[in-house]
Amino acid sequence: MKQVVGIINLQEGNSLIRELAATRAVEALPFAGRYRLVDFAISNMVNSGISTVGLMLPDFSRAVLDHIRSGKDWDLARRRDGLTYLPAALPDNDSRKGDLKDIYANLDFAELSGKQYVLLTNASYIYNIDFKDVVEFHKKSNADITMVYSKATTDRDGKSVVIETSTNGIVTDLAEVPAIKAGQKDVMGAYLMPVPTFAYIVRTTYERGGQDFLLDGLIRHAHEFKISAYKHQGYVAHINSTMEYYEANRDCLKPEVWEELFMNNDRPIFTKVKDEVPVQYKDTANVKNSLVANGCEIRGTVENSIIFRGVTVAKGAVVKDSILMQRCDVQEGARVENIITDKNVIITKNRWLKGAENYPYIVTKNARI
Amino acid sequence: MRKTELLGMILAGGQGSRLKALTKTVAKPAVPFGGKYRIIDFPLSNCANSGIEKVGVLTQYKPLELHNYLGSGSSWDLDRTGGGVFILPPYAREKGADWYRGTADAIYQNLNFIDLADPDYVLILSGDHIYTMDYSWMLKAHKDNNADVTIGVFEVSWEEAPRFGIMVTDKETGRITEFQEKPKEPKSNLASMGIYIFSKPFLKKYLEEDGVNENSTHDFGNDLIPKMLADNARMFSYAFDGYWKDVGTIESLWQANMDLLQDQPPFDLKGDMKIYSSNPSLPPHFIGPNASVKSSMINEGAKIEGDVDKSVIFQGVKVGPDAKVTNSVILPSAVVEKGAVVNYAIIAQDAVIKAGAKVEGKPGEIFVVPEGAIVNA
Repeated sequence: MKQVVGIINLQEGNSLIRELAATRAVEALPFAGRYRLVDFAISNMVNSGISTVGLMLPDFSRAVLDHIRSGKDWDLARRRDGLTYLPAALPDNDSRKGDLKDIYANLDFAELSGKQYVLLTNASYIYNIDFKDVVEFHKKSNADITMVYSKATTDRDGKSVVIETSTNGIVTDLAEVPAIKAGQKDVMGAYLMPVPTFAYIVRTTYERGGQDFLLDGLIRHAHEFKISAYKHQGYVAHINSTMEYYEANRDCLKPEVWEELFMNNDRPIFTKVKDEVPVQYKDTANVKNSLVANGCEIRGTVENSIIFRGVTVAKGAVVKDSILMQRCDVQEGARVENIITDKNVIITKNRWLKGAENYPYIVTKNARI
Repeated sequence: MRKTELLGMILAGGQGSRLKALTKTVAKPAVPFGGKYRIIDFPLSNCANSGIEKVGVLTQYKPLELHNYLGSGSSWDLDRTGGGVFILPPYAREKGADWYRGTADAIYQNLNFIDLADPDYVLILSGDHIYTMDYSWMLKAHKDNNADVTIGVFEVSWEEAPRFGIMVTDKETGRITEFQEKPKEPKSNLASMGIYIFSKPFLKKYLEEDGVNENSTHDFGNDLIPKMLADNARMFSYAFDGYWKDVGTIESLWQANMDLLQDQPPFDLKGDMKIYSSNPSLPPHFIGPNASVKSSMINEGAKIEGDVDKSVIFQGVKVGPDAKVTNSVILPSAVVEKGAVVNYAIIAQDAVIKAGAKVEGKPGEIFVVPEGAIVNA
């Protein structure tokens, strides 16, 4: 994997998840109790042996920068190689939208890396993969470009890229659709190709007025290349809407998903280390079917929920089917159901708060209810 | 090396033979504690929190796991340019090699390191105590007293006093007038915590004398402190009134773990001073649909499907359905299978308590299952 340079594109704005992503990039959304979405993208690269990784920063980049810093927690603070931040291109006279101008502005990173292949991924998909298998597959298939996909198991709203393939696994059609149906082949935003191919697509597309790497670059150039498709067999979630975010978090309560995503000894998911104390359960705690992160203090009832670092649930409080982000405080006698609270929310004594089963109620950052 | 004011030296070479099965493969300072820590995290975090940038760690007994754990010192923010953690095992010289013959000898053999670090003061710590402390206040007292030596002391009950090294002090000034090692009839209840600040030239002089003295046992408590007292050195006590626990025995180690579990614990790991440790990359723990968890501490990566009460559960531990774990400490990656019962026990790393098996100790007789052992039903 020494011949691969990784680029993680954090430039994918996402309109369907605005409530939680108003103050941070989608990629910095907290996930599964102690992670942020971007942790999966970076860990997948690192676990696959890729040690040169570029991070294309989103417009709101503070949360991402504060989370990743030198990249040390991902073993990317290295003397050689390691992590490089690829900042967004200045607007200058170019008011074009889309991610392509940023990729174009940072093309040097890939071209001067001395590597043979570029692996471009994003951070809105959650999965645990060994990209070594993808590289092997790419070499064997003799293709110009390899895309990683998985078969959608349910119908979902939200923009997705789907492909059709011939029996020998070669992509015959590639399109962006507004919603995806069960059984369709969902491209997980991961593309592998030789550096010159990548540079060719980016240059020719940008210099002809293109805006979006996927739409204007890949899809319009698809007929010029032999594209193969690698099927990822494991768990995948696409965080495209608030509901998908809620569902993906709750998927982690299934022991098989929790084991596959997080407990693989060879491929742990790394995140920023915070030195929190193990969870303190007190005498009155009553916890069932939940994930609880370190730094929490639990005296009340918690069921079917994801509890992030440093949350307190007081005696007599009840938390059901909810996601409570960092440092929330659920006070005595309070009761929440089908709720997502952003960071530092306080649910004061005896308040009741309930969302709908298929539409969790979202409490914004630092709110006091 | 850049000059440093206070150099930390942690004595981490002890075998900890009273911890029996727990120290078969690791040195005492590497023994796990409190759900995610190891004993040495406490003095190391204290150093980091006191602004000490250079710390020597003296190792000797089965050092591999300890060395591996310390790594570059980055877990404690001690991977500093021109400073950080220095691992100091015994080494060979032109004429043969010596093991560390005692606590004082360990420091004596590393005088070259102390000279290189060039501190004004040397802080000597043991690697087997659980407490949080900001040593900078102790240093201030040392300077204010214009002391040669300052010794951290802790008030113990009079009944316990005969188990400790006791400092008899002048009530007003705190000046130490007498030292009694494990006295039958203690004259004071101030126990030495094994924390010493020495002015460097003073320490060097005594170490050099002691190093060549063939009648010495080369121990701070046995040899150097009595000699310094006899010489009428300026020796002061520094009283510490927080939580402090010697975890040198199975019972005391178990008790210190249990102390963390009360509703308002006497020692709160969440206190003002953060304890740093090496963090494995594991997810939040999972509590199953039929589990029950009370009065316990549980770390990341654990999977709890049975009942856990009054217990400390480390990372990656599995407790199966209908298993019952009470009054116990389960060290990393140990497994308690379906229907097994664990009560008043310490289960060491990677041990497996098979389905339906019973491991039961009682208060005062904590049952220890050694590392990697398998207990069948």
